[in-house]
Order: sequence, then structure tokens, then C-alpha cells
Amino acid sequence: MAKNVVELRGVYKSIHDHEILHDINLEVREGEFLTLLGPSGCGKTTLLRLISGFEDPTRGTIFIDDKDVSGLPPHQRHVHTVFQSYALFPHMTAFENIAFGLRCQKVPSSEISERVVDVLKMVKLEKYAERKPSQLSGGQQQRVAIARAAVNRPRVLLLDEPLSSLDYRLRKTMQIELKQLQRTLGITFIFVTHDQEEALSMSDRVVVMQEGCIEQIGTPRQVYEEPSTLNVATFIGEVNIFEGDIISVNGNNQVMLTILNKARAAKSTRSFSPGEKVHVLVRPEDVRVWNTHEVSDTADMFTGTVEEVIYKGTTVDLIVRLANNKIIAATEFFDEDDDRLEYKMGAQVWVNWTPGWEVILPHET
Amino acid sequence: MKLKALQNFSYLGLIYLFFYIPIIILIVYSFNNTQYSLLWHGFTWRWYAELFSDSDLWISTWHSFFLGIASATASAFVGLLAAVSLYRYRFTGRSFLNGLVFILILSPEIVTGASLLILFTFLHLELGFISLLLAHVSFCIPFVIVTIYSRLVSFDKNIFEAAKDLGANDYVIFIRIILPLLWPAIFAGWLLSFTLSLDDVIISYFVAGPEFQILPLQIYSMVRSGIKPEINALCSVLFCLTLTLIVLSQLALRKKA
Amino acid sequence: MRHDSRFKAFSLSLIWLWMFLFALLPFCLVIMASFMGHSESTLIEMQPSLANYKQLNNAIYIRIFEKSFLIAGISTLICLLLGYPFAYIIARMQSRWKSFLLLLVIIPFWTSSLIRSYALIAIIKAKGILSSILISFGLIDHPLSILFTNYAVMIGLVYNLLPFMILPIMTNVERLDERLIDAARDLGANRFTTFRKIIIPLTMPGIIAGSILVFLPAMTIFYIPDILGGAKSILLGNLIQNQFLIAQNWPMGSAFSTVLTIVLATLILVYLWVSRGSKKREWI
Repeated sequence: MAKNVVELRGVYKSIHDHEILHDINLEVREGEFLTLLGPSGCGKTTLLRLISGFEDPTRGTIFIDDKDVSGLPPHQRHVHTVFQSYALFPHMTAFENIAFGLRCQKVPSSEISERVVDVLKMVKLEKYAERKPSQLSGGQQQRVAIARAAVNRPRVLLLDEPLSSLDYRLRKTMQIELKQLQRTLGITFIFVTHDQEEALSMSDRVVVMQEGCIEQIGTPRQVYEEPSTLNVATFIGEVNIFEGDIISVNGNNQVMLTILNKARAAKSTRSFSPGEKVHVLVRPEDVRVWNTHEVSDTADMFTGTVEEVIYKGTTVDLIVRLANNKIIAATEFFDEDDDRLEYKMGAQVWVNWTPGWEVILPHET
Repeated sequence: MKLKALQNFSYLGLIYLFFYIPIIILIVYSFNNTQYSLLWHGFTWRWYAELFSDSDLWISTWHSFFLGIASATASAFVGLLAAVSLYRYRFTGRSFLNGLVFILILSPEIVTGASLLILFTFLHLELGFISLLLAHVSFCIPFVIVTIYSRLVSFDKNIFEAAKDLGANDYVIFIRIILPLLWPAIFAGWLLSFTLSLDDVIISYFVAGPEFQILPLQIYSMVRSGIKPEINALCSVLFCLTLTLIVLSQLALRKKA
Repeated sequence: MRHDSRFKAFSLSLIWLWMFLFALLPFCLVIMASFMGHSESTLIEMQPSLANYKQLNNAIYIRIFEKSFLIAGISTLICLLLGYPFAYIIARMQSRWKSFLLLLVIIPFWTSSLIRSYALIAIIKAKGILSSILISFGLIDHPLSILFTNYAVMIGLVYNLLPFMILPIMTNVERLDERLIDAARDLGANRFTTFRKIIIPLTMPGIIAGSILVFLPAMTIFYIPDILGGAKSILLGNLIQNQFLIAQNWPMGSAFSTVLTIVLATLILVYLWVSRGSKKREWI
């Protein structure tokens, strides 16, 4: 069974009476790629700094390898940080940068050479060992930064938004490379980002944070398909939110509820009581839209008018106005041969989704 | 557009002329073979010869250089530590120290000179080389701090955290990261202090003693007693020297910019 | 960081020690001395009183103070009028000659002002170059006698201090966002209005910094009035020098110094107040 390499229990952090982190409880499993995801200001970077030792928690304990690390300075914690700006020493070559930590530990020279060359091979930069940071591209600099941290064989590698300063293409490439690198090195990665697409594509597990609290911890699929709060649902991807009332609850996780005055069947693993107010969440890609002449069995469908058609290359996004002026978004994959997808502004349409594909959450104000 | 550019350049030219004409005249007249007249009487090295045979002047010059090197080195050392501490550490009285440096730069030299005179008397320190050295170091330190600090703020702050993360203590960080990256600024600061010390009249006037004569004060008394062509020669030499030093410092700063 | 280190402790103690001994202590001594008495035999007598300050209220001293203030003020104004356009032109230049031109300004700045003031004598004296040129152009009849007058002192001050005005203004103008000027022109302002309402207010911190850097020394340098103004010219700097080194009346000299410091501190506070809006100050 994988053990917990990092554990946070009841951690709080305040700076000048301003609470930045509230009751953080987190277990990081050995060898996993964990992402801290959230908007700017949610505390994710602070959390990273608490683990690395650059800040101390106001309350609570942090364990690394089951050892309480309170008061321990950064370099004694066996975790290393890769900074957003890479923070490479400008006057040293790539080799010297990577060797720095080893020299501070007074590792013998022969061993240093060996280990540095090894890790340079792993990041595919063997030929660039003698170059200075200014002679390297952004992506190469980042690999040196990772190598510099990784060569010291830390238990955990902390990465603070390392890809945010790269352009789109390079970013996509580096995401794949980082993931592969993590598998090659076998080190636990804790990755911080505000980009939800990045988080979903790279992580084994995602920690969604808002305003200093952890909203949900789960695999990418779990946080996307089964968000546990409205915050998580709205932060990750697009989502349509309906107000609903529970009519009845049956066995097998079935519920009957009303949305927009229509009764519908739905599924939910949570328990609700009849009469309870709820939020019903449906992702745009789960919404199906039909022109009026295409369907006949419309008893369960909602009627609406097309407000906007946005062609995005791979998909077509529709903004549809339902009864009660409720606006929803629908996304369909664009199929060149399918005339069905020719929508006109102002057209009357039928809207539906497969029961079970929605997520029902208790009503939050 | 062209007219405007012409206007601008003429204005610039005028001001530059204003700056440089007196100096050029000085240099030209140092070669003029006449004692008092302003007319050209032929080219001569006479005044330079007289200059080089004036032993008093040589002694003062040597004294000033020695003093300059000593005070520049000491101020560079203290100033470096001060600038780095102000940059890296949060400590009680940090903003006070900030303000103090700011005030020291703006302080009128006459108040500084007078106050140091009182201090040295209070400490029963005899006026001479030591008093000059201490005074020069004191007024040079703020300039060194400013020079080095402005270079420090251009660094990526994360470098220091990264170094700490990798296991370096403050001393290692200072030796292996700060010094190599800062040396142009340290050199510029040293050079600035050296020039300030070499040229200082007002403060030195207050704290100099009779035994250790320095060049600016000697020139001052020579100038007050009337115009001698020998002084023209001396000033020309000093000007060329300063020119060289400035060019050196600019080159040093540019190398690592 | 919270970790104590010997290196940090060493640095900080050295700095504090130096600052205390050579910046704070002397200053306190001056203030203390200004309240002390004086006699023929001792430099400072330990009799605290306000006698020195009362003596300041003397017509002669006040006149000297006013004169210094006036001369320094006029010199500052001249530096501003000459220096602002210069700084503005250089700051807005794009060409690669810019740093070279800047260097040309700095060179005289770094050479000894004693030498430069001395060089001025040759130019402005009665049979000097300026007179000769003006006479040969037929602009005046007889030689100028500006040497050893207040005008000579002002010329000397402007000559020595002009770079101090140019540099802060230049730094300030460089940071000026061109687009603001474009926006003003776009909205219909002519050159003069743009200058008056946009450029001047935005460069005010630089103007004030430059003015302070010129005014402070202008009030207190004693060797320029000495060389160019002659024996008649006594300004504040000469007064203080005189009290300390000739009259040997240190308490009186300290009183002058303290008053001077207060005046100048007020000016600095004005500068800080005006530039509180802008995030970047001169250096820190």
C-alpha cells in the first residue's frame, strides 16, 4: 500500500490577521502527481511554501515521511522547490546550477559529476551542460530547474506554476514532458496551477481550493464529473446550473424532481428528502439540442430559442434561452456532413440530456 | 521634424559647450608659454616640468591616493554588507536605516564636516590620517549602498530562496551567489568612493590635520593665493585621470548589464 | 527568514555600530553643542543655555542667511531653466548615442569642482576670455567686472550644480509614459497645454528632487563663494566654516548648523510629501 509521504493536519495560516489557509487536511501519496488547483489568491502557493518550509503554519502540523517537520528549515526537509521564475543562478552553467545543492551537502566531486550527468540525461540536456541560463530557451531553463531540484533526490518535488510563463504550444509540450519526467524520476510531484485544463491532464489527483479552503480532493474524472460543491463545478469547465425541487426518492439512487416546472427522472448517490431544494448541474457537452422537425417524442424535453451560435472549430457552442429566460450553454462536436448542426439564430429548439448525466447538489446560497 | 531636431541639438550643444569650455581652456593654457598674459606665447612643457619637480605636491598627491584607496576599500566593504542586509533581511530598524542612508546622502557636507570635527574632539582623536579616513569612509558608505542596492533589486528574488532550499547558508549564499553577481556594482561603488574621496574639500577641510596634507586642500590654498600656470597643469592632469577612471567604471558596469 | 545566522549578526552589528558612531552620534553632539557656551580658552564650555540661538537673531546673520537663500534660490532657478530642457531632450532620445551623451554630462560632474571653479576665473575675470570675446564682438565697451561679485558666485554655483538638476529630471522623464502625451494630443491639447498640464505635473518629483540636490549644496558650499566671490562674499557656508575654524566658536557654529539642518529637513519633507504618490522614489 502506498504510504503518505506528506501529511497536513489541521493546518491554518494567517498573515497579519488575514487568514490565508483554513483547516487544511491533506494526505499526499508516495509517487503520485498531485495538483493544487484554484484561482489566484486561494492559498495554493502559501500551502506549497508551508510544505517546503519557507513559511510556518499558524496552527496545525505538517508531516514528511511521518516526521513532524515544524521548525525545520527548508534544506533539512528533503523536499525541493521549482520556482515559477526558475530562479537559475545566472552566472553559473547548467552543470554548476544542478551541482549546487550537492556541493552544499559536501558530496564528493566524483559522485557529483556522475549524478549531474545522469539527471541531465533524464531531462535530455546532456549537450547543454556548459551553457549559462541566458543561452537556454524557456523550456530548457525549466528542465534545468527541475534537474537542479531532482538531483538531490528529494522525497517530494514542489512546482509553483512552472508553466505559466510559457506560450501555449510550449506549454502543451511541457505538460506531456513533465508527466513523463515524473514517471521516470519516480518522485512525488506537488504541482500548483490555476489552469484547470492543465490540472486535469497531468494529475493523478487534484486538490481544488478556494479562498483558503480545500473544496474537493479527487481524481481528474471525479472532480470533473462528480463535483462536490458549486465552486468546484463552476471552476472546472463550464456548467449549467438549474434550480430544482425533489419530488420523491426511490431506491437505486433514483430521484424525481422538477426543473423549470417539468418533472424529470434523475440519478444521485447523495440522499435527499422530498421537497428539498437542490441545484442540478449539467455540463454543456452533455446537453443535446434538436431542431423542431427532428424529433417527435418531446415530452421530457425543454423548449427554447437559439440566442448565439459560436463555431469553435472542433465544436459548436450554442447559447439557448429556455422558458423562464433561463440561459444555458450546449456544446456539440462539429460534424461536417451532418446538417443537423446547422442552427440559426432565433430558431426554436428542443433541449434534453440523458438522465444520470447530471449532478445533483444540495442547494447553496 | 528636422527643424525640431536641429533646435534640440543646438540647445544640447550649447550646454555641453558651457560645461566643457572652461576645462578645455584650462588644458590649453597649461601649455601656454606665459605667466600672466592670455595671449598665446608658444607651446611649452614648462609648467608640467615645474609641477613634477614640486615635491610638496607629490607628497599630497600620494597622500590623497593612499587615503582614497583606503577609504574606498573600507566603504565598499561596509557598504556591501549594509546593502545586502537591507535587501535580504527584515530586521527591526530597517526602515530607520533606509531613511538614515537617504538623509546622509542629502546632508550638507558642511554639517557633516563640523559634526565629525566635534566627534573627534570629543573622542580625543588627533586630527590626521585616521580622522580623515574615518570621515571619508563615513560619507562614502551611503553612496556605495545606493550603487549596490540598485543592482540588487534587479535580481530575481527567488534565487536566494532557491539557494536556501538547496542547502546553502547565508555565508555560502554571500560568497557563491551574491559576490559573483554583484562585482560590477561593487567595483562601481569602489570607484565612486575613490573619486569622492579624492575630490573632497569641505569635509576634509574640517577634519584634516597639519601632518597629513592632501591634494584638494593644497590646491585650495594655492588657488586662493592667485593664479599660477602650474595649477593649470595640475588640473589638466587630474582631469585626464578622472576621465580615465570614469571610462573604466562605465565599461565595468556595461560588461555585466 | 527567522533563522539566525552568524553572518547576518556580524553584518548587522557592524552596520549599526558604524551608523551610530559616525552618523547619529556626531549629529547629537552638534545639537548638544549648540546649547553650550564658549570662552577664549576652551572650545566648548558646558553651560547649557539658549544664548547662541538668541544671538542668531542678529541683523548681520539674518542678512547673510537671506543672501545665501536668495543666491541659492536664484541659482536653483537658473539650473532648472537651463537643465529641464536639456534633461527632457536627452531623456526622450531613442538613438544609441544616448548613453554616450549621458556620459558626457557625467564627466564634468565627477571632476573636482575646485578645479572647475578655478577654470571659471580665467573666463570671467576682468581681462578674461568672456570679456575679450564680448569686446571683440563689439557688445560691450569696457571689460566686465563680474569676478568677485554675487554674479560670479551664481555662475560658479550653476556651473557646478547643473548636472545635479539634470540627472533626476532625466530619470523622471524617462519613466514618463509616452502614451499619456499621445492621449492628451489626441484629445485636442496643443503642445503648450500638454506641457503645462501633463508633463510638468508628472515630472514634478524629478523637478523637486533636482531642486533639492542643487539648493542644499548651493546654500552650503563655502569654497565657491570663497574663490569666485572673494573676501566680501560671506554666505552661510563661509559663516559656519568661519565659526568653527577661525573664530573657534564651536557652539555658535553648531547653532548655525542646527538651524541649517532644520531648514533643509523641511525641504526634504516637502519632497517626500510631493512624491508620496509615485511608487518609485529615486533609489529605494
